[in-house]
Amino acid sequence: MTQPQFEFLTRLGDNTLVLGHRVSEWCGHAPVLEEDIALANTALDLIGQTQLWLGLAGEVEGKGRDADTLAFHRDVWDFRSLLLVEQPNGDFGQTMMRQFLFDAWHSNYLAQLMDSSDSRIAAIAEKSTKEVTYHLERSSDTVIGLGDGTEESHVRMQKALDRLWPFVGEMFVSDEVDAAMVAEGIAPDPASLRGEFDTLVNNVLTAATLTRPQDDFAHKGGKTGGRHTEHLGHMLTQMQWLQRAYPDASW
Amino acid sequence: MVTDHPSVQTIWTWLDQVPDPEIPAISLVDLGIIRDVAWVDDTLEVTVTPTYSGCPATSIINLDVEAALREHGIQHLRLKRQLSPAWTTDWMTEKGRSKLEAYGIAPPQPSGGPKQCPRCKSPHLERISQFGSTPCKAQWRCTDCLEPFDYFKCH
Repeated sequence: MTQPQFEFLTRLGDNTLVLGHRVSEWCGHAPVLEEDIALANTALDLIGQTQLWLGLAGEVEGKGRDADTLAFHRDVWDFRSLLLVEQPNGDFGQTMMRQFLFDAWHSNYLAQLMDSSDSRIAAIAEKSTKEVTYHLERSSDTVIGLGDGTEESHVRMQKALDRLWPFVGEMFVSDEVDAAMVAEGIAPDPASLRGEFDTLVNNVLTAATLTRPQDDFAHKGGKTGGRHTEHLGHMLTQMQWLQRAYPDASW
Repeated sequence: MVTDHPSVQTIWTWLDQVPDPEIPAISLVDLGIIRDVAWVDDTLEVTVTPTYSGCPATSIINLDVEAALREHGIQHLRLKRQLSPAWTTDWMTEKGRSKLEAYGIAPPQPSGGPKQCPRCKSPHLERISQFGSTPCKAQWRCTDCLEPFDYFKCH
């Protein structure tokens, strides 16, 4: 395993990058103007956080790669994002369910990272956590509003939950990179965060009159880069199009 | 060494004349993002903290700070980015708050929502959206005069 801290930081940065890009795909297409703006703002926060995480990853790696190089000059197999965040937007309900499941994990993880033994990581977590708390507030409200909404919106939210649930487990799988971070006091063990996640998710799903899937089967392979879903490659062809066509082009 | 460079106090007053690029009614000092001004030998060090991590105004703000200080004859300048402690609207000046309201943007409140309509001063308000035209704002509406308005989010 080369440079566990670099691996760890690309995981954080790739999660926010991939989800930020996905959410930005809604720009100009959301059901109403207010939601369009909300989605674009959420995406913007996530891309901003990406610059901080991938910027630090490049610094830690020490090979002269900056956030942009990492974002635009790597291919699918080098991405360390969770499978959840690369899932397609689907309808608005599926987008908001994906956001909620991610926010519920992300907010808790960042809160723990604020106590990181690495002050640079603690500072980025402190900055991000304020934004992510706000994201969680909105995504929880929306999941509840649509789940406990009309017959149609309820059915769609349940479908979204059932579709995305198999990607939840990966957020709590620990591996040797996590173990190295735990040993140095840099980051918490992801497995230790499951309890709090379950409490939060159960409360929101109950209020949303949605049924949590029984089966906890989890797809894996995103955070290790072992096997992404087909969707990430398609997304990257769009996200990286300019840099692929005109390498190192700049404004 | 002869200390003939302008005092830190003077530089703060210069920076207080640099408008926020998105909300020009208030200055960068009003916004609370200038965290420190200090001379390190012959170099002026200005510490700036971002409002939101993805706010596109951040790079413009750095440019504006640099341009303003160069105009005042500062030659050696270093801008430092500081993430922690994270920016909070508690750092906004009283002057900034009243200027915001006069401009039509309800200033941030600890309760998490605006106190009154910036136009008719009515306390009867409803939220339209948690987000607005910039990352730092949300959209609200007055249920008396029916005007929608921006609320500067408490952060």
